[in-house]
Amino acid sequence: MGKEGEELTEQETAIYDRQIRVWGVDAQRRLSKSHIFVSGLRGTVIEFCKNIVLAGVGSLTLNDDRLVTEELLSANFLVPSDENVTRGKSLAELCCESLKDFNPMVSVSVEKGDLASFDVEFFQKFDAVVISCCSLLTKKSVNAKCRKLPRRVTFYTVECRDSCGEIFVDLQDYSYSQKKNEETIECQLQYPSFEEAIAVPWRSLPKRTSKLYFSMRVIERFEVLGNRNPRDTSADDLPNVLKLRKELCEAQCINESQIPDPLLQRLLVARVEFPPVCAIIGGVLGQEVIKAISGKGDPLKNFFLFDAMDGKGIIEDISNINS
Amino acid sequence: MASEEQLSTIKGAKVLMVGAGGIGCELLKTLALSGFEDIHIIDMDTIEVSNLNRQFLFRQKHVGQSKAKVAREAVLKFRPHIKITPYHANVKDPEFNVDFFKQFNVVLNGLDNLDARRHVNRLCLASGVPLVESGTTGFLGQVTVHVKGKTECYECQSKPAPKTYPVCTITSTPSKFVHCIVWAKDLLFAKLFGDKNQDNDLNVHSTDASSSSEHAEDVFVRKADEDIEQYGRRIYDHVFGYNIEVALRNEETWKSRNKPRPLYTRDVLPPRPVEQNGNKDKASTTGDPSSVSAMASLGLKNPQDLWSLRENSDVFLEALKLFFLKREKEIGQLGFDKDDQLAVEFVTSAANIRAASFGIPLHNLFEAKGIAGNIVHAVATTNAIIAGLIVLEAMKVLQNDVKSYRMTYCLEHPSRKMLLMPVQPFEPNKSCYVCSETPLTLEINTHRSKLRDFVDKIVKAKLGMSLPLIMHGVALLYEVGDDLEEVEVTNYAANLDKVLSELPSPVTGGTILTVEDLRQELKCSVNIKHREEFDEEKEPDGMVLSGWTPALATEKNKTSDNDPSSFNASQTVPLEPEDDDEIEIINKDPAILTAGKKRKQSDISVAANSEISSVTGEIPTKSKVEKDDSHSDIVTVDGNLDTNKKKRVQ
Repeated sequence: MGKEGEELTEQETAIYDRQIRVWGVDAQRRLSKSHIFVSGLRGTVIEFCKNIVLAGVGSLTLNDDRLVTEELLSANFLVPSDENVTRGKSLAELCCESLKDFNPMVSVSVEKGDLASFDVEFFQKFDAVVISCCSLLTKKSVNAKCRKLPRRVTFYTVECRDSCGEIFVDLQDYSYSQKKNEETIECQLQYPSFEEAIAVPWRSLPKRTSKLYFSMRVIERFEVLGNRNPRDTSADDLPNVLKLRKELCEAQCINESQIPDPLLQRLLVARVEFPPVCAIIGGVLGQEVIKAISGKGDPLKNFFLFDAMDGKGIIEDISNINS
Repeated sequence: MASEEQLSTIKGAKVLMVGAGGIGCELLKTLALSGFEDIHIIDMDTIEVSNLNRQFLFRQKHVGQSKAKVAREAVLKFRPHIKITPYHANVKDPEFNVDFFKQFNVVLNGLDNLDARRHVNRLCLASGVPLVESGTTGFLGQVTVHVKGKTECYECQSKPAPKTYPVCTITSTPSKFVHCIVWAKDLLFAKLFGDKNQDNDLNVHSTDASSSSEHAEDVFVRKADEDIEQYGRRIYDHVFGYNIEVALRNEETWKSRNKPRPLYTRDVLPPRPVEQNGNKDKASTTGDPSSVSAMASLGLKNPQDLWSLRENSDVFLEALKLFFLKREKEIGQLGFDKDDQLAVEFVTSAANIRAASFGIPLHNLFEAKGIAGNIVHAVATTNAIIAGLIVLEAMKVLQNDVKSYRMTYCLEHPSRKMLLMPVQPFEPNKSCYVCSETPLTLEINTHRSKLRDFVDKIVKAKLGMSLPLIMHGVALLYEVGDDLEEVEVTNYAANLDKVLSELPSPVTGGTILTVEDLRQELKCSVNIKHREEFDEEKEPDGMVLSGWTPALATEKNKTSDNDPSSFNASQTVPLEPEDDDEIEIINKDPAILTAGKKRKQSDISVAANSEISSVTGEIPTKSKVEKDDSHSDIVTVDGNLDTNKKKRVQ
């Protein structure tokens, strides 16, 4: 220990004691030098922010210019229920105040502006970029921007709809050491971009690939084709979504039973969030970002899917790279 | 998303949360966001600095305040219109009786110890209120559902036993660092600074092995005019030097082991005490005894640094000196406390010196503190995930959706692609003494064992009862309570010291005793079988209880005891620890006289609060998990779980 120069302060050692016992001092040091960007402050991302601020990252930058509404706060525990406090302030500003208070050792700030308008250079200062509640196009483009940078900026996108959640991870080329029994094995993983991953032909995927994965793609596609705002769907859209499912399944040569009606129907009702699932997905996402920054632990590749109906939290590797 | 029907059930539900720590903070937040409006929360703890990395409802300014109360205030800020009732109290307090429990629709546990979990389990069974139980350690966690008559209760399966170390391993043949820690903490520290009247297994060899024990008693006592430096060196030479020499004489012991090396101050340290220039004076002006630190006065800063034998020896002597100079009043009544810096320094250095002597790798103070204080590894993310899963199960329980109940494991390494693995719960164990009425059998020497032995070793230690009542037919043999008559108190006290067969209503082979805990509303029958002899080594209690799910020994893993990476799902999914309590030492047995020889055969057991899964039998990766795709996505574990077959809830 003590390789990387600076030692943790006495305050850091006292507060982070229990987690240093989980991931070690070096990991804690790396965390405290990392910079995280998040956009789209709904319940899952709020949970994620709480987790990494508590873990002690160096800085967290919040982006979400929306003014608060009751709907936006359905799974938000950062913003106090007091109109005198919330009036005229953006979601990011309000969350920022609260998160600062969680851990004075983390610098939390707000970045105003439209996520889609940030250029490549903007993302340079971050180690991890986490985005949610934005269009498919924005997801692809932010991911592409992160990939253009000379140093690795890891990219995550996360969505929770009804009692389901999905995390996508892009660590680009990532190597880490895996501890197996007494031995340490060097592992190398190659991640596809979001665009590459969702373009992987469905018929090439194993038969037991999560139904939720396909269903999320159908809804995603539906929002693009209908020019919808993210999450702006309802149960009324079901007939059109079912039509789209048929077309997609025919084109991709998979059976429509892989994408069950009830699941699609649930995913369409996305306005209000389901807090237990936000906590679960936000927890897994927090853990993944901590793993990638600290270099400790096996990172997941490259989708994580959770459905409260069956209670399974599944990892799917959706990539052509290895084949 | 919750349906309308679900939402109204949630709104109308009254829930009891036990524990406002790592899981509790996350749980209270998620419950409030999910629409629960009437939440009661019990926690006896106050907030500590080391809680702040995960118990996010608390801030630095709250340190020292009630967890339950501060958690309530914090949640009301974002959900002001819900009702949260905090209790800064122990869940075992009499006010939380069966009637209290009956008012709730579901009980949610976020506890940190086996004792409280068992207590809550029994109250839930007695009051018929469903229980959702949980626990985390590092990246691992689990959630289970216990509904009387439908799923197994928390005690239907064996609980892992506290780690126990044979006394001789601790006193004579340590092979792991943890053995040195136990020796330093429970023997040496206790001997020097603790209650002198307590039994202690520390080898007290006098300077002449054959001399009387009278001399031996005095070795650890500082003589009236003895210089403190002198005293420290004498203790050092005695425990690390002389005692090892004595042990080496027993050649049989070392035939198959590495011989330890006796260490004396004259070999390790310069002949005269080194004056720590200036530091001494500085130390002596410090007012607050709790801030006294040997590291500080020696200029050692980083608790992560590994000290050399020389440094450990310096810390040892300095710490011992500081106890006598700065904290003399406490000597004789000190117990080890992981938050007592000087005590941690003393124990770390003593353990390291002993480790050096036995060729065991040394550890830094941070690590040693973790082992000695039995500090549980904890991160916010796992607690958040587990809390989310608890709420999902609570919602199913409120809907009485029995078919959907799941036990869920949060794993560190995926198993069959799963990081969160749901498993169908089991039906109640028909031979569980807690939730079924299966009688227990006790083999005991009714002519030698006293009622007190039965109460201490069986009723309290094994059955986990705190307010027991023991009956033989209609005759009351023993009872605890506040409302007893003086005569009764005297009678029961007298009974405790009687051997079973000589009680007013004699207990002999064939007797059936009824043991009851009125607060837990738990009642069981114990069939007594007389047995003359017991194996000292294998049956140290001098009695054997069967029909009771014994604790499972879990110390099989070869990895170091406190290494977080040593946990993986294929061993056990550890339950819950969550908080930071002390290692509890149970010195089970007093000396037993055999063949005229006085022999101690007690076990030192380290009762970790971080206890492990109630479902150790069905660790996902060990068992065959089959996925029945045609039906639903239920994972069924199909392994050899137990000799008695378990049935899944249909």
